[in-house]
Amino acid sequence: MTSVALTVNGSRCEADVEPRQLLVYFLRDRLGLKGTNVGCDTTSCGACTVLVDDESVKSCTVFAVQADGSEVTTVEGLARGDALHPVQQAFHEQHALQCGYCTPGFVLATVSLLKENPNPSETEIREGLEGNLCRCTGYHNIVKAVQAAARAGA
Amino acid sequence: MENLSLEGALTVTFVRSLLAHANIVDVDATAAEALPNVQVMTAADLDLGVFGPGFPDVNPSMGRPLLVVDRVRFVGDIIAIVISDDSATGADAAELVYVDYDQLPAVVSPHESAKDEALLFPEAGTNVATRAGSPEHDENLFDGCDVVVSGTFVSQRMAPCPLEARSAAAELGPDGRITAWLSTQTPHQDRTALAETLGLDPAQIRVVGLDVGGGFGAKTLNVEEVLVVWLARRLGRPVRWTETRSESMTALPHGRAASLEYTIGGTRDGKVLAYRLEVLQDCGAYASVGAVLPGLTGLMASGVYAIPRIEFESRSVVTNTTPVSAFRGAGRPEASQAIERAIDTFAAELGMDPAEVRRRNFIPTNAFPYTTASHAAYDSGDYEGALELALRSVGYDALRDEQRQRRERAATTQLGIGISCYVEITNGIAEIEFGEVEITRDGGAIVRTGSFSHGQGHETTFAMIAAERLGLPVEKVTVHKGDTDEVARGTGTYGSKSTQIGGAAARLAADDVLEVAKQLVGDYLEASPADIVLDPALGRLHVAGAHSLGISWADLALRASADGRLAELRAEHEFQAAAPTFPFGAHVAVVEVDTETGRVELRRLVAVDDAGTLINPLIAQGQVHGGIAAGVAQALYEDFVYDDDGNPLTGTFVGYAFPSSADLPSWEAVEMETPTPLNVLGAKGIGESGTIGATPAVHNAVVDALAPLGVRNVDLPANGENVWRALRKAKA
Amino acid sequence: MIPAVFEYERAGFVDEAVELLGRDEEAKLLAGGHSLIPAMRLRFSRPSLLVDIGRLDDLRYVREHGDRIAIGALTRHADLVGDAMLREHCALIGEAAALIGDPQVRHRGTIGGSVAHGDPASDLGTILLTLDAEFVARGPGGERAIGAGAFFTGPFETALEHQEVLTEIRVPKTAGTYLKHVRRAHDWATVGAAAARVDGRVHVGLTSMGPTSLRARTVEDALADGATPADAAAHVAEDAMPPTDASASSEYRLHLAQVLVRRALERM
Repeated sequence: MTSVALTVNGSRCEADVEPRQLLVYFLRDRLGLKGTNVGCDTTSCGACTVLVDDESVKSCTVFAVQADGSEVTTVEGLARGDALHPVQQAFHEQHALQCGYCTPGFVLATVSLLKENPNPSETEIREGLEGNLCRCTGYHNIVKAVQAAARAGA
Repeated sequence: MENLSLEGALTVTFVRSLLAHANIVDVDATAAEALPNVQVMTAADLDLGVFGPGFPDVNPSMGRPLLVVDRVRFVGDIIAIVISDDSATGADAAELVYVDYDQLPAVVSPHESAKDEALLFPEAGTNVATRAGSPEHDENLFDGCDVVVSGTFVSQRMAPCPLEARSAAAELGPDGRITAWLSTQTPHQDRTALAETLGLDPAQIRVVGLDVGGGFGAKTLNVEEVLVVWLARRLGRPVRWTETRSESMTALPHGRAASLEYTIGGTRDGKVLAYRLEVLQDCGAYASVGAVLPGLTGLMASGVYAIPRIEFESRSVVTNTTPVSAFRGAGRPEASQAIERAIDTFAAELGMDPAEVRRRNFIPTNAFPYTTASHAAYDSGDYEGALELALRSVGYDALRDEQRQRRERAATTQLGIGISCYVEITNGIAEIEFGEVEITRDGGAIVRTGSFSHGQGHETTFAMIAAERLGLPVEKVTVHKGDTDEVARGTGTYGSKSTQIGGAAARLAADDVLEVAKQLVGDYLEASPADIVLDPALGRLHVAGAHSLGISWADLALRASADGRLAELRAEHEFQAAAPTFPFGAHVAVVEVDTETGRVELRRLVAVDDAGTLINPLIAQGQVHGGIAAGVAQALYEDFVYDDDGNPLTGTFVGYAFPSSADLPSWEAVEMETPTPLNVLGAKGIGESGTIGATPAVHNAVVDALAPLGVRNVDLPANGENVWRALRKAKA
Repeated sequence: MIPAVFEYERAGFVDEAVELLGRDEEAKLLAGGHSLIPAMRLRFSRPSLLVDIGRLDDLRYVREHGDRIAIGALTRHADLVGDAMLREHCALIGEAAALIGDPQVRHRGTIGGSVAHGDPASDLGTILLTLDAEFVARGPGGERAIGAGAFFTGPFETALEHQEVLTEIRVPKTAGTYLKHVRRAHDWATVGAAAARVDGRVHVGLTSMGPTSLRARTVEDALADGATPADAAAHVAEDAMPPTDASASSEYRLHLAQVLVRRALERM
């Protein structure tokens, strides 16, 4: 067991973890933050995307011990009270989700993308989300949602 | 599903075969069981029979044992079950279960399988699971044809890839009833199948479908779920299982996997007179749904064309690969892919524009209802209207000009334009669906449906349907589904049938509730129920012609509740349509092909999809978008492949080319609505249309781009390598 | 999937990592982890000890080093993409880094981790080989520099000793081109072709065309003898041993490599 101390969605937490515990399972099983999903085992699908120190990261490919001392944001940490984060709002309004399993990952990947590039072109959006897979939407409305979020200044 | 918390649940990990075909000599679980709280079970511990095939015409000896008894038949077949406290220990223990195999030659190609040389089920005496159509050839089929052309291609094997892999959990209650939480499309049918397989009364089983992360046809009851439920009963402890992605890639059934051979003949002026289609369907290791899908391919063989003579024949054979089942389209994409390639091949042979050949052969708009030579009874359609709308939307003539210019200057990157006109069958066996509407204490409504939603948005669409009938705001209506204890009956979601039968049942139940409400209002207002009408704008029932004499849903619910009569405001309705419906459309794809590297880039895809009346256009378009992406994925990217020994080569998302947003363009979806007379909503299915339309459009576009270089066909997926091979073959 | 059990130590400085590696023959270094962790999850790789050097921020830099550019081994792909000094003096590296994986991978993956993994499909490996980069490693006996030509020794093998930590990579100031053919945007290269001018000569490198990143020396010699890009590219077959796998056959790779090498040379 190794002890870690990190800030998740603004709250500090300390825990002893098995070194092999991946960050995603730490978030889900230890902290009960079930919004972060696991969709593959090869760092491909991006369903587990969270922000580590404000950058998008696939939490299935980071051990919890590596996140020691970091600030982690999951989908649960985006809304402010009852107000959805502008990216969440845009996904909702543009019907950018169907089954919703990939959505938390896409939302966080979008938050990170827009932080690095606040006014992306369609090509930049598509390439910026290449690390996230969706089987339901054909990506069409996801791209529209990112454009809407960018317009809203997310 | 994984978010379900289940106190004290044990974790199930399956030990799966690493070989495609072998006899099992021994299974040694000693080392695994030495890990803390680990128990291992094999077929010897099991008191259950075989699962499937479940279809009367399929060879009954090709069903799947729940646990392998003595022979594994594909990489992923289940040999043993590890039960542990957590999934990490389960993974550790599964590695320590030593299996002694006696390897057998693997049968990987369906063509090899069809020779019946090495048999997967020696007791069956054949690898053929079933046949459809007629093996008889009419020697005169192509009489009168000036031109007869043929072609072959493989509608390649695809992995359905719902983003949430499967998950199942089960718990035996103190009353002896078992609750199963499943990642499924079909909770009620799962209950029935569980009861049959486990030898239980269905009343002893409650199936709950929670939030399910996509299905695409693959998430119906399978051996894993049966084993989880069996274990919960056997162990008397709650158990759970969640599939890993690499497990899912070989354990979740695949789709397509059909080899197609077509011959088409007609006159020089472009009139098709005869068509023959042969299908060799790969069922995978055990015969189940995949075995019977060619029946749908045969039914839909004629496509949107009035073809006087059609012959169809199929054989379904087992191979040492993952079992094949339904995947988005299920049997109908193969029909469209074949006829649309055939029409293009015929047009190329005539030197005629493929749009023009289509125009000359469409079933005319005034011919519906229309029965094809392949025995499908189409309800309604306007095929030419769909094509003309698609051609206008894409700017067909300008694109042909651009293409001509590139061809004239022998540009490295050529332009291809591909057309696909399709018709498909939804609610294919005209099933029954259950709907119930109940007015709640606060004057809202609950819709209970036997249909299931795992991303299709029934929660919104069905609420809209009921809200509109009752004059309620849509947010006052909630949709309940998926719990067999709460929803009396149901068939679930597949075959694009939800709205047309489940939505219709909800609508009819809402109408029934309204009638009951009129009775009640009549009682309260001392008026005849026949004189009570609904003001849908206000959500208020009043005496006809006397607006002030009325009562709102909220007041009615309050009063009925106080009088103990609220329960009267509830109605069930089961709806069965007289026949399936036939959505249709036209897709036009524009591709650029690098004739040196073979790389294909899809530039545009215009899709006209007509699924009858749309209840919620936003949701319907979402279904079209996702459908198109799956169709394009087959046309350009995905292919589940095995080596000669039956080892999967694309068993993860790294190897399997599931496209991302960066690999696809935005879609240009154009709506068209031709209502069906077969249900009160006028709605047909929309979930699979995009897929069925898109693949042949893109496939035809790639071949079109390369036509001046002598290319007549490109294997699917039309990726860089397959394009390069086609070019090389054309040069040779 | 969950990796097999291992022990974990975090190194506070390079020499501590060297020492920790000495404790266990099955120990491995963990930098960004984006090559290692996926392999561990599928249990293809099962180190008994991970020595985490991910926090050694003093190995994260791009700076001038005489007439060369020095890149700290823990510089992430995302850092390479945006680095102004690289853009000015060796733009090829940032351009290629932008093609690796996806944004999430580029936020974690490091240049040192990528090349130390020795993957024949590594874009940066090919580019560093083409550039004749110098690899600086620190081990129990101190520091040594390894030339690119000696660094890539086999599939998933490099010249780094068990206890050596790659600390810095030095590249020349030069221009070049990297062309990558992929099935999907975020895939590993089906084939990659690099061309760069180094010490007055055009170097050509190949990704996914053999057991390691490769130099196409026959192509280079033909160029030096005045061959046209097309004629020089035709020699690729003599320099490569392309594999067959799920993303392409050997023969298609060979064809692609000829096309991409020719195109890269035409851009020089």
